[in-house]
Amino acid sequence: MSSAAIVHARQVVRRFGAVCAVDGVDLEVRRGELFGLIGHNGAGKSTLFKMMLGLLAPSAGEIRIDGVATIDTGFREVRRRIGYLPENVVLYDNLSGLETLRFFAALKGADKAECAPLLERVGLDAAGKRRVRDYSKGMRQRLGFAQALLGRPHLLFLDEPTNGLDPEAIREFYAILGELKAQGVTIILSSHILAEIQQRVDRLAVMANGRIQALGSVQALREQVDLPLWFEVRVAPADFEAVRAALGHLAVSAIEARDDHIAVQCRRESKMAVIEALAALDGKVLDLSVREPSLEDVFFVGRP
Amino acid sequence: MTLELRQIAIIAGKEFRDRLRNRWVLAVALIFTAFALVIAYFGAAQQGSVGFSSIELTIASLVSLVIYLIPLISLVLGFDAIVGERERGSLELLLSMPLTRLELLLGKYLGLAAALTVSTVVGFGLAGAILTARLDANALFHYAGFMLSSVLLGMAFLSLALMISVLSADRTRASGLAIALWFFFVLVFDLLLLGALVATGGQYGGEIFPWLMLLNPTDVFRVLNVFSLDEVSTLYGLATVFPAGLAALWKLGMVMVIWIAAPLGVAAWRFKQ
Repeated sequence: MSSAAIVHARQVVRRFGAVCAVDGVDLEVRRGELFGLIGHNGAGKSTLFKMMLGLLAPSAGEIRIDGVATIDTGFREVRRRIGYLPENVVLYDNLSGLETLRFFAALKGADKAECAPLLERVGLDAAGKRRVRDYSKGMRQRLGFAQALLGRPHLLFLDEPTNGLDPEAIREFYAILGELKAQGVTIILSSHILAEIQQRVDRLAVMANGRIQALGSVQALREQVDLPLWFEVRVAPADFEAVRAALGHLAVSAIEARDDHIAVQCRRESKMAVIEALAALDGKVLDLSVREPSLEDVFFVGRP
Repeated sequence: MTLELRQIAIIAGKEFRDRLRNRWVLAVALIFTAFALVIAYFGAAQQGSVGFSSIELTIASLVSLVIYLIPLISLVLGFDAIVGERERGSLELLLSMPLTRLELLLGKYLGLAAALTVSTVVGFGLAGAILTARLDANALFHYAGFMLSSVLLGMAFLSLALMISVLSADRTRASGLAIALWFFFVLVFDLLLLGALVATGGQYGGEIFPWLMLLNPTDVFRVLNVFSLDEVSTLYGLATVFPAGLAALWKLGMVMVIWIAAPLGVAAWRFKQ
């Protein structure tokens, strides 16, 4: 067990009757890491989250946070330093934004003086006295996020945190995450949209059918699966054959003529050779674009 | 497992404030005051007179009213406490706090019990204050006893309501169970007892009858109040079936305490699963 890790999950299983929602997960999340958990709805992300928070006991295996098992009575102390934003957070309609934060601050033993600045931080300072009943979905999500930040947690669990946020709010949200990360906060967030988080996380785990299918940095995952990439080569129709001839001796897996361009598929190691061969065509190539493989293609559409 | 009183107090405080803010406490208190005054002045109308007659008859009429009203109010107040949070989805966030399930349950119970107690004491207290010129010390004592036992009755049914709330899978079922429980204890139970007594010609029921009555908190409440009133106990004919040894106030009080503790205990046990 490395001391750099704050979350240790060992052979964690959770069954609901005959359904196995989480099926033998091993996971370590390092201190100060921004960690992404990605997968379809129903892949087991939320169940894993709930087990990491001690809301559900594993059917088998064990999860430790800061060295304390989630089912231990001592886990209460660990919870004071954990922030949690549930998926589709539900707050109390009859309380105002500020009252909501004060209520949860009291439960967490956090300083009530934190509440007003936190509202400001998530952009709700003007709505702080209004009842949550009158909040939009996005505002509720922001309030839920502010709630997760009460008590200056050093570990944050954010389950689908950008649900219901507009693009501007999503940018602000990740800006706050960046600040927290700079302060050394460990952040675990889940999403079913890989494109949104892949540029922002240090590492990610891809979950499907209750298992972790892949784990690592985005770059490492790309290399690990070694997907072919596509070139779109725009040339005059008259030059199609010249391109075919120039690439013929290279290890390209496909050359297809489309309406106004040629699509070329090759492995990553042939990428530079293809570019050089095209450059040697002496002005025949009008335009060139490279489409990098998407991890979504690998994990969500089908295995290569 | 340690119990943190602070966490219980935070949950209880929220529940209580919620009931103050939505004017639940005020509404119920006013209902109690209004009913108490109406009964005090018109309760003897059946005997052909209108106006305040005696505190004993007033309390006897109030007891009959409270037996219907307080269980209903308590069950309605409490059935939603846990299952509502679960169904709306707010339970998960609450339980992710440094808060145990037992603390949450006790906090909910105490907060709602406080709202109910304030309503009962203020509501009947206000009526008592209006009547105070007509009451002597002895009558005041009986009236205070009536208020206290009403509070206990409410707490017993609130405890049952929380048990329902923990056991039910959803709010619809919880409300159905609450209504069923009210029917059973308030309407059906006594009929069954009476039926059994009549069917056996009173041959067997005699001795176990009072014990069976302890299985219904509304009966315990009735006996608690009626027995302390000489004029009324003979009126009801209860003295003939209820042995004096069992009728001691503290014994009946203990039975009520069990009625408060036992359902809550079941709720705590089931909620932990």
